[in-house]
Amino acid sequence: MSAAALALHQFRYDQKVFWRNPASVFFTVGFPVMFLVIFNLVFGSGDRISGLGVDVSTYYVPAIISLAVASATFQNIAMTVTIDREAGLLKRARSTPLPGWAFMAGRIGNSIVVSLLMLVLLAALGALAYGVDVPWSRAPAVLATLALGAATFCALGLALTAVIPSDGAAAPITNLAIFPLYFLSGVFIPESEIPDGVLHVANVFPVRNFFESFFIAWDPRTVGAGFDWGDLAIVAAWGIAGVLVALRTFRWTPRGR
Amino acid sequence: MAQPVIRVRGLRKSYGAVEAVRGLDLTVEAGEVFAFLGPNGAGKTTTVEVLEGYRDRDAGEVEVLGADPARAGRDWRARIGVVLQECRMRPELSVRETLELYAGYYPRPRPVAEVLELVGLAGSADVRAGRLSGGQQRRLDVGLALVGDPELLFLDEPTTGFDPSARRQAWEVIGGLRGLGKTVFLTTHYMDEAQALADRVAIIVRGEIVAQGPPDELGRAEAPTEIRFQLPGGVAPGELPIAVDATANGAVVARTTEPVAALHALTAWALRRGVQLPGLRVGAPSLEDVYLELTSE
Repeated sequence: MSAAALALHQFRYDQKVFWRNPASVFFTVGFPVMFLVIFNLVFGSGDRISGLGVDVSTYYVPAIISLAVASATFQNIAMTVTIDREAGLLKRARSTPLPGWAFMAGRIGNSIVVSLLMLVLLAALGALAYGVDVPWSRAPAVLATLALGAATFCALGLALTAVIPSDGAAAPITNLAIFPLYFLSGVFIPESEIPDGVLHVANVFPVRNFFESFFIAWDPRTVGAGFDWGDLAIVAAWGIAGVLVALRTFRWTPRGR
Repeated sequence: MAQPVIRVRGLRKSYGAVEAVRGLDLTVEAGEVFAFLGPNGAGKTTTVEVLEGYRDRDAGEVEVLGADPARAGRDWRARIGVVLQECRMRPELSVRETLELYAGYYPRPRPVAEVLELVGLAGSADVRAGRLSGGQQRRLDVGLALVGDPELLFLDEPTTGFDPSARRQAWEVIGGLRGLGKTVFLTTHYMDEAQALADRVAIIVRGEIVAQGPPDELGRAEAPTEIRFQLPGGVAPGELPIAVDATANGAVVARTTEPVAALHALTAWALRRGVQLPGLRVGAPSLEDVYLELTSE
């Protein structure tokens, strides 16, 4: 089989595993939908967010898409790869002719496809239930920003596996790494409610930069193509750092035994 | 003569100050079922992981299927099959899907339906791997190692933790591999497993091979024959014509390298005294006896 065919083969089975696992479907697909509905319910979808000049639903659609992408990539990869490593599956795959990168490509491809699906699902929900416009004219910026963010968070998820000692620790460590950032970066709480000092700190981490760039691409008031180059550069830098750390620290053999 | 499938000379591997493998030599010929027998921590897994290409070695020559496993590539990996000591399959995929996933990794896979038959899982093909019993999971694991149609199969403690019936089933599967002409390298710490499955056994203790040969002959040449019987009532061990040791169940055992003479003396004495020798048994030491002898310290 050609290299691309091998990666596609692996991807097809990763998709099966993903959709048959109730936890991955609930947390990756169900959670963001639930958050979008709840935030619109609690904060009143048509209300203006004072200090930001957008209404609640227009704010939360890109915010929750950002969350859904980070969840489908960073959280999903850090957890499933750690669990497979501790089960001995990564070690076993190494004894076969499957190249390591083809295994990774299948898993990353799965995360990116789920990310795109969440983009469609949440954009449709936003448009149909809350009348949030889909920014068709800035579609290239929306897709490019999402692709860069997804790639970065995949790399960071792989890098994180090196510090997760066991399959039982995968969920707590991954959630601990990212949930505070959702709060501090304006994904859960509108950024106008977050003190400047906190936002400065959050700005160092890629959740904030990714959300910021994705929000700009989505925001109906944005003029131009919608590329937020400054934030995108920081997201890309995190992605490169993630790749370098993963290349140096990634292990195929179980750690917990 | 054909090239040996595995050839190891002077293999050494240390972890820090601990020498796990200390100058190991072994040869495995094509089509052989070779058992690597030893207590836990003797260096079995270290050795097999060097042969599989997972571990670097400190010294020694290692050749597996004509290549050095430490440098071998994808073509070489297509020719081996590996069953790790522990591996849990993705519970979401069925037995058939798991086999199809692995079949896709290999250039010339064996048909999945055939592998299902070989490992006795044809009736469970559509069961999710997460619902299999421990014994069935292990057979699936063997199936994954077979699906690439390898020449050489590594099985690292394939039945550890099994109940007797699951072990029996696993043995049947492994025994069936012989008919396929596969070379099998098996590690185990069960004597009966080595005896039941292997053409040749090497016993490893503290990183060194202490005995090697077919299980029936292993240690036979020098090992004494055992004569066992219950001590007749009213007879003290000192009255017997041959030296005996007491065993746990009230029987006595004599070990001798001249069993004909010893038996003659013993039975002549019994006839004269007019006593029976209940439970009289004469036997060569089992592999278990040899093993216990070699591994005791």
